[in-house]
Amino acid sequence: MRRPLSEENFAFILITPAVIIIFSIVLYPILKTLYMSFFNIDLTNPFSRPFVGLGNYLEILCGPTFWNAMVRTVYFAVVSISMEFILGISIALLLNEDFYGRWLLRSLIIIPWAIPTIVNGSLWRWIFNPQYGALNALLTQIGLIDSYQSWLGSPFLALNMVIVADVWKMTPLVVIMILAGLQTIPHELYESAGVDGANVLKRFFHITLPMLKPTILIVLILRTMETFKVFDIIYIMTSGGPANGTQLITYYTYREAFSYLQLSKGATLAFLISLTILGLSIIYVKALGTKTEY
Amino acid sequence: MKSKKLWLITVLLVMLVSCFINVAGAATTLNALYMKQAGYSETDIENITAKFEAKYPGIDVNLIFVPYDALHDKIVTAAATKSRAYDVALIDCIWTPEFARAGFLLDVTKKMAAVNTNDIFEGVLSSVAYGGKYYGMPWLNDTKYLFYNKNILAKAGYKTPPATWDELIQQAKAIKEKGLVEHPIVWSWAQAEAAICDYTALVAGFGGEILDEKGNPCFHQGAGLEVLKFMVKTIKEGLTNPSSKEFLEEDVRRVFSQGEAAFAMNWAYMYNLANDPAESAIAGDAEIAVVPGSKKAVSGSVNGGMGLAVVNSSRNPDLAWEYIQFMAGKEVQIEYSANALPIYISAYDDPRVSGDQPTLASVSEKQYKYVVNRPQVTWYPQLSEILQVEIQKALIGIKSPEDALNTAAEAAKKLKEKNK
Repeated sequence: MRRPLSEENFAFILITPAVIIIFSIVLYPILKTLYMSFFNIDLTNPFSRPFVGLGNYLEILCGPTFWNAMVRTVYFAVVSISMEFILGISIALLLNEDFYGRWLLRSLIIIPWAIPTIVNGSLWRWIFNPQYGALNALLTQIGLIDSYQSWLGSPFLALNMVIVADVWKMTPLVVIMILAGLQTIPHELYESAGVDGANVLKRFFHITLPMLKPTILIVLILRTMETFKVFDIIYIMTSGGPANGTQLITYYTYREAFSYLQLSKGATLAFLISLTILGLSIIYVKALGTKTEY
Repeated sequence: MKSKKLWLITVLLVMLVSCFINVAGAATTLNALYMKQAGYSETDIENITAKFEAKYPGIDVNLIFVPYDALHDKIVTAAATKSRAYDVALIDCIWTPEFARAGFLLDVTKKMAAVNTNDIFEGVLSSVAYGGKYYGMPWLNDTKYLFYNKNILAKAGYKTPPATWDELIQQAKAIKEKGLVEHPIVWSWAQAEAAICDYTALVAGFGGEILDEKGNPCFHQGAGLEVLKFMVKTIKEGLTNPSSKEFLEEDVRRVFSQGEAAFAMNWAYMYNLANDPAESAIAGDAEIAVVPGSKKAVSGSVNGGMGLAVVNSSRNPDLAWEYIQFMAGKEVQIEYSANALPIYISAYDDPRVSGDQPTLASVSEKQYKYVVNRPQVTWYPQLSEILQVEIQKALIGIKSPEDALNTAAEAAKKLKEKNK
């Protein structure tokens, strides 16, 4: 008769496959990327891969391309996330009210988010099409503009137009999360505030918003990470153009690594992006991480 | 309990074994990567491939179509990781040096000895050659042409298309003044390779070059600069459709086919589609001509030749080459010359080429004499991107043409140093 396994050992055995998988598909690539970022690996020149230390980091951080892409990414993140929150919280508050047909609207709101980004990108590209786009037709017919505009034809405008597409797609996520948060707020709080004479705005700022803080924090971290990683919608809508006006940081990384085969530069950029996101997440948690008190 | 375990193991074993049997028993499969843009249509490629499969039973050819702009990156990721995802890939002339140096493609110089290269147009042949070796079989013989709407030109009082860019501007101005179309010219000037194709054609037509013989940038002086000034001027004067800045070839085709432009630059494939009533509102009015020139050059167009290559990691390189030879065979090329003209010089004597397409065949024979290559350097993709971005800055108006091209030239010099 064999000795039965202790609970601890048994747990280790159960966990081992998962650990092996995580190490091989998460940790190993991360370490390999870090390793690659210290060399000069250029796939078009496969026989020379010199060690350059922090050379790649210096080259990227001292050049304007990285910082331009970074500024655009930050702009993209700030504008799209604030729009998503303003719209998201407003829509969630409306959908939290009791009215006829609420279930239908609640289901409809998810649709943009459920659409794959590739479809969303193509859809908006057609809407913004300078010759046949729905936006030009709409705006000229209601008399807001005289002639057809080239929405994706100038750098800053194109960036904002891509943000519109992104906000349209991602607002539903914020709505759903906030709606879930709203439903956890005890009703008694509103009742007693009403008794104390607090009006709608006061109730929103003193009860709803503070109680939503944990949800907002989670959504904020999630969305920040996503906006720093935004790639597909750029690839489909503008390919980084015009004049690099929509070249965000991940798209820049992609170009370096996969179009120019400068793997080390790509690895370096990927690491810089990860560090930025990590830094932001720490700041968020510190700033918003106070506990909610009932 | 025990029997249950045994049963489970048996099932797993059977599944495992059947996996292997499947691999061993299936027909040999070739994976071929093509593009969804210009040249032969998807249906053409499917039909030719079906013929190949009928001729060689037991071989399955799996076709994959991607947009042109994704093609390069797909090949790169597959070849660099030796993933064996593709056996045959369509390669553009501008990638050959880069891919050859990286060792992504099979050197087919020896195999090419069996091909009569004297009968192949030099432009398209050069698109698969680098450093005196061949890395593929020429397949798509293409260059940009000037397209014009003969109905609009007739209304403006012009019987013949312009021979020089100055003449084209004059005609465009007259067309605009008469209110025939708002923006007479349409181009593909989006931040993409398409913009550099138009730019290269223009630079050649203005009698200049992008890089000199030593590979040093010279586009920031002389013809290169003149061309960019020309491009900016046509936008400012409203002669060029301002949306050209976000257009690719397909957008150009749509605008031209809607009758919203009098002139357009595009590849040969537009000729048939713009005259097809199902695809075009101006069927019968779309004409093709040799790209205009200047005092310094009769004409100038860009080599859009593409080849089919065997990817280095292919398990069946000989079979892949067999398939490529079939795709590029003279008979096949003559039969499917509606969307892409044959690479063989002698094929133009065949009535099926010259008879069905008298204009296209005669115009293209003239145009082939004035075709230039985009710079054949291993660092071309980066050079192209630098030029795309700076040209766009000038077109949008945030930089003067001089500033834009000087910045590009500086960056190109650095790039050349780095790739020594």
